[in-house]
Amino acid sequence: MPKMNLSHFEASFLFAVFSSVVLGVVSKRTDKERLNYGLYVFGCFLAALFGIGWLMYFGHG
Amino acid sequence: MAAKEKPPKEPMPPINVWLAPVALGWLVPGGGHFLLKRTGRAALLCASVTCMFVLGLLMRGAMFKPQSGDILTVLINWGGFIGDIASGLLYLLTTWLGYSQPDMPGAVHDYGSKFLVTAGLLNILVMVDAYEIAGGRKS
Repeated sequence: MPKMNLSHFEASFLFAVFSSVVLGVVSKRTDKERLNYGLYVFGCFLAALFGIGWLMYFGHG
Repeated sequence: MAAKEKPPKEPMPPINVWLAPVALGWLVPGGGHFLLKRTGRAALLCASVTCMFVLGLLMRGAMFKPQSGDILTVLINWGGFIGDIASGLLYLLTTWLGYSQPDMPGAVHDYGSKFLVTAGLLNILVMVDAYEIAGGRKS
């Protein structure tokens, strides 16, 4: 089995995609709400990814 | 100040209604939704959980094994083990086929372990959703 080498960003991005799909599908009651919530959660993942990334960059000096 | 009245607790649906979707949902991610004829949602859930699990394997993530020791070791390893087995058939097939990646240092291995555990935890959410649909609490 080949070993996959992903960067931090790629791994976090894929994590965000799949988690957002599941959270969107199971959380709400109509398809429109599911889509909106999935996009919202995905946006939150990305905001946290970039926010914490920059925080670590500046915190590291 | 008047105390807020709690809404009446909904009775638990009978076990024969939800057992098959929940059990199938554990074994095959999204299987419960397939059984309940929510095929679109089932396909999305199945694809997401399976992709996350397979990516974890491709990144050579380690599977957790129950361990005793200090409280943190017990929590991490038992929690991780429960997360791993919650993937159902994916976990069972992987271990039966001899996958035994030792826990190694490295960011990619670490991401892999987290992907494997998260796939199981997401599958628990999928099982809860199947339970609610089977019990008539959701459409």
